[in-house]
Amino acid sequence: MLNIKQLDFNYHNIKALEDIGLNLNRGEVLSLVGPNGSGKTTLLKCINRIVKPKKGSIFINGKDTSKMNSIELAKQIGYVPQATPSKFPMTVFDAVLMGRRPYISWRPTRNDLDIVAQILNVMNLKDMALRDFDQLSGGEKQKVLLARAFAQDPEILLLDEPTSNLDLRHQIEIMELISLMVKEKNISAIMAMHDLNLASRFSDRMVMLKSGRIFSIGNPHEVITSENIISVYGIDVQINKDNNYPYMLPVKVADERR
Amino acid sequence: MFILKIKCQRKTVKRESIDIYELYKGFTGRKILFIVVLLIVLPSMALVAILQGPASIGIKDAIFSLFHSSTLAHTIIWYLRLPRIVMAILVGIGLSFAGTVFQALLKNPLASPYTLGIASTAGFGAALGIVFNVGILSQYVIAGNAFLFAILSSFIILGVAKWKSSTPETMILAGIAIMYLFSSLTSLIQYQGSMEEVHEIVFWFFGSLSKVSWKEIAIASFMIILPLPILLKWSWDFNLLALGDESAKALGVKVEKTRIIGILLASLITSGAICFTGIIGFIGLVSPHIARMVMGGDHRFLLPASSLIGAILILMADTVSRTIWAPQVIPIGIVTSFIGVPFFFYLLIKRKREYW
Repeated sequence: MLNIKQLDFNYHNIKALEDIGLNLNRGEVLSLVGPNGSGKTTLLKCINRIVKPKKGSIFINGKDTSKMNSIELAKQIGYVPQATPSKFPMTVFDAVLMGRRPYISWRPTRNDLDIVAQILNVMNLKDMALRDFDQLSGGEKQKVLLARAFAQDPEILLLDEPTSNLDLRHQIEIMELISLMVKEKNISAIMAMHDLNLASRFSDRMVMLKSGRIFSIGNPHEVITSENIISVYGIDVQINKDNNYPYMLPVKVADERR
Repeated sequence: MFILKIKCQRKTVKRESIDIYELYKGFTGRKILFIVVLLIVLPSMALVAILQGPASIGIKDAIFSLFHSSTLAHTIIWYLRLPRIVMAILVGIGLSFAGTVFQALLKNPLASPYTLGIASTAGFGAALGIVFNVGILSQYVIAGNAFLFAILSSFIILGVAKWKSSTPETMILAGIAIMYLFSSLTSLIQYQGSMEEVHEIVFWFFGSLSKVSWKEIAIASFMIILPLPILLKWSWDFNLLALGDESAKALGVKVEKTRIIGILLASLITSGAICFTGIIGFIGLVSPHIARMVMGGDHRFLLPASSLIGAILILMADTVSRTIWAPQVIPIGIVTSFIGVPFFFYLLIKRKREYW
């Protein structure tokens, strides 16, 4: 449903992304991994047209995103940024209701409010519906941002490090919610991830980026290998494949990068 | 297991969703009620203000003379008190509305209509008119200059934003730079001016609602009221900007366009509000906060509420300023601070949540 073709992006003459080609299928969870500055967040922003790619095109269900207007695009793509404090007070209900903005002109309809109420219920956020967003813990904030993206009713979810700074319980809870929504609504998700093990556990496919290029793409078994990790991160690791998904244990900084 | 948990919840979801819906409806209802209360308070205050003044006019006489032109009370009310009251309401609405918009667009709780340097450029224009009597509009040398220079400051800032970057930080810094530049230019003019002229400039910076004519009100209301519906229609976009530019973009807001046109329109409102009356400070900063403390950050309700609060505060201040020391009139800018600051401090200390 999402096709990215030969995408290039520069930040002031510095190449941030180069020749990115990617297909995303319906019902699929794909994670982007790679060191800091490898282009994970930039790729998400290009897909969402928060920044304009220098070259290449992105299609959603066969339609070129550069020919869609901002509201059309907002109905297709939900974006979950890393939680940032807001400058002004806002209740949780209002924060989630903003996900309905692409559908609302002035007054939210009963349907909009029902959708928000239902999402708050399903995500166990109902007790904090009228609490101030800024007073929530990091994990709760991330859940609210996720709820907002669900309220947007998108075809594709983009998530920028959805589990960073969260405790273990919230990390797993957030990832389970994402998988659940993707399967249940038959949409798809792309997540930028730092935690390789969490990414491997919850992704159908993974993309490993190195300096703005796709270094490796495939299912977790194909991507999480000690050769890939030493090339991209410069770290010696042990890979354990006891379960259905590989997980890795970092051992030490490799003597020299290959 | 997790899926099972959600499936189980589903049965009760319907009923509980209705609970949340009702809760939210009550929450929205309270905001509307607050605006309705303000809508009742404002005209009542205006009525009280009409009756205050050196010549005592009773409520019956006042209403009678509104429609009968032969009486002295008619002249006093129609040509002295009413223009003042109408202008006070207009300026209060304009400055508070513009202040709310600036705070939303610049994502800064310290922003006010004067953050981008409008006050000092307008003051410079006025001073130019007062001392050298040079201006484009001959009939309104001072007001015309003030208006043109006020608009000029927003063009400079938007030029910088277009050329460099349109982040709030860049704009605020450019505004501060403009403020310093034009303050020194005004000082330079004052240095050249005579005693009376300097006095007049100082008075202009205090702000005053005296000597307002209906014609001036017509011109000002044109500039203040026309942009209101456009900006009000963008309430959702203002709400979304509080989430950050990227989130707002992801939800379909054209962030740069909203910010640029929004600043232009809010500057137009501010210029319209101050060009005939001078710089009435504080209201544009404080009314949005008072409204936000009472009813939260949703701009669909915040914009009207903050405007009405601003109008009420200025009307109150003006009435006090011309009665407390009658027949002396204390400049309104001084009284707004005397009334507004303690009230604001009270709310600041009493507030339950941390807002910024």
